[in-house]
Amino acid sequence: MNLTSQDYQVLAPYILLTAWACVLLLVDLFIPKERKSVTALLAALGLAVTLGVTLSQVGIEQVGFFNMAALDGFSTFVNALLLVSGILGIALAHGYVKRMGIERGEYYTLLLFSVSGMMLMAQATDLIIVFIALELLSIPLYVLAAFARPQLSSEEAGMKYFLLGAFATGFVVYGTALVFGATGTTSLAGIVAAAASPSTSTLLLTIGAALVLVGFGFKVAAVPFHMWTPDVYQGAPTAVTAFMASGAKIAGFAALLRVFATAFPALAVDMTAVLWALAALTMIVGNVIAISQTDIKRMLAYSSIAHAGYILMAFVPYGNPAVRDVSIAAGLFYLVAYAFTNFGAWGVVIALEKKEEKGLAIADYAGLGRKHPLLAAAMTVFMLSLVGLPPTLGLVGKVYLFRAVIAGGFTGLAIIGVLTSLISAYYYLRVVVTMYMKEGEPETVRETWLSLTTALTAIVTVVFSLLPQSLFEWASTAVLKLF
Amino acid sequence: MVPLSWYLIFAAALFSIGMFGVLSRRNAVAILLGIELMLNSVNINLAAFWRYGDVHLMAGQVFAIIVFAVAAAEVAVGLALVISVYRSRRTVVADEIDMMKW
Repeated sequence: MNLTSQDYQVLAPYILLTAWACVLLLVDLFIPKERKSVTALLAALGLAVTLGVTLSQVGIEQVGFFNMAALDGFSTFVNALLLVSGILGIALAHGYVKRMGIERGEYYTLLLFSVSGMMLMAQATDLIIVFIALELLSIPLYVLAAFARPQLSSEEAGMKYFLLGAFATGFVVYGTALVFGATGTTSLAGIVAAAASPSTSTLLLTIGAALVLVGFGFKVAAVPFHMWTPDVYQGAPTAVTAFMASGAKIAGFAALLRVFATAFPALAVDMTAVLWALAALTMIVGNVIAISQTDIKRMLAYSSIAHAGYILMAFVPYGNPAVRDVSIAAGLFYLVAYAFTNFGAWGVVIALEKKEEKGLAIADYAGLGRKHPLLAAAMTVFMLSLVGLPPTLGLVGKVYLFRAVIAGGFTGLAIIGVLTSLISAYYYLRVVVTMYMKEGEPETVRETWLSLTTALTAIVTVVFSLLPQSLFEWASTAVLKLF
Repeated sequence: MVPLSWYLIFAAALFSIGMFGVLSRRNAVAILLGIELMLNSVNINLAAFWRYGDVHLMAGQVFAIIVFAVAAAEVAVGLALVISVYRSRRTVVADEIDMMKW
């Protein structure tokens, strides 16, 4: 039982990032209070170096640590996306925390730990590792959500997120224990093998898988496990919300994908109906409740719930080998589209936010089109992308998704998806209308990194929509190697 | 020997009691206690499954150790959050922590 360099190569990005975060925690002590930008820079540098290592691993496929972790196209794809999210998260946070007076070096370290947990999640091929990764990504996020303490709403967000997150963890781990009991192993490959043998208790396995699904449903904010999302997204510092909304969602879906598609294909008959209902409910509830929101953070929170529903659609046909690959690739593509759009939209929110939670009502966006045309144009791009209108990545993502779902024979679900997108047009375009048609004097802040992030995500959202094929092909190759 | 199902029923009962605690209690610390009960019921399951399965495979035991180690870390963070809320509001009753709509 010796570890070889091959084992370390499998988890190289994760090990590097975790070590970097530990060192940064110490280094931060020696950085004077007024120069915490250095910490931010070092954290971003760590993410960039790790991204380089990850990209150098494209095409390598191997397992390590006694089959507990895997390096494959899927993990590389998801890791790259997570690292980019981390970098964008730091770019958004850098000026924001300073302006809000909550600048502490630990912010960046916690963010790094969270990203490393997310990366481990994408690579885990053993349920024990899935559990550790889940906690490693969640615990820093609980702290980050409460980072603006003693501001009441942030504390409240942190506590609510913690209580419901820990509750969800209980389900995941109880489900995992039942799966372990049914199959006698925690390794995903072992579970597949055991599920095929007739002596395995299907009842225990099904209940276990269902409980794991409930737990992850909480994490990715699927209805009916979404109650925490609006409060946490509203109360947490906006930069944290931006990171949480994409990072935690990407990691949650990556784990769901890995666990369900590779370990529980035998349960697809039972699970498809459940996933169908979850996806439909999530899309409907998220979009309908978003209509009545007047606070932009709360509206985007419900929008993020709705998007969890769209991504869940990609999982519905996972038991059908003919369309499984293309639908999961569509799901991955949608995650990329969502991540960029989401960071951009939250970036605009940060640009308008002022101290003591002012400037967060949708009405505060009135007049933005006249006063800050570029910012308003960027926000328009993000809103169009969230609805799924051209010329944005959101449209392409939805087209791929709906096509895959229809190919899987779930036309009804695709129709619900289209109808809910129509509903969503109402509240997204209301923001656009407010920006251009109403009079107002909005004040924005100018921060180099914030403007760069917003501009970059807007450009990516538009440009990639014109040449989506290469990105989709990358997602497809990532998925092909998964099975 | 006591049959495996007894352990499973006991663990399921403990899990349900914990879940009931989380859903019915109003005090954040009591909710935390409920969560701990849920996690500990998992440990009983894991130990039982290990004992009644292949005793030479340590996965069950290792998993149980990891579960309570992680649970301890989680509680450390959770109690810190609860204390932070208590300091600014002088209450940890979930119903009164309602600045935002639930």
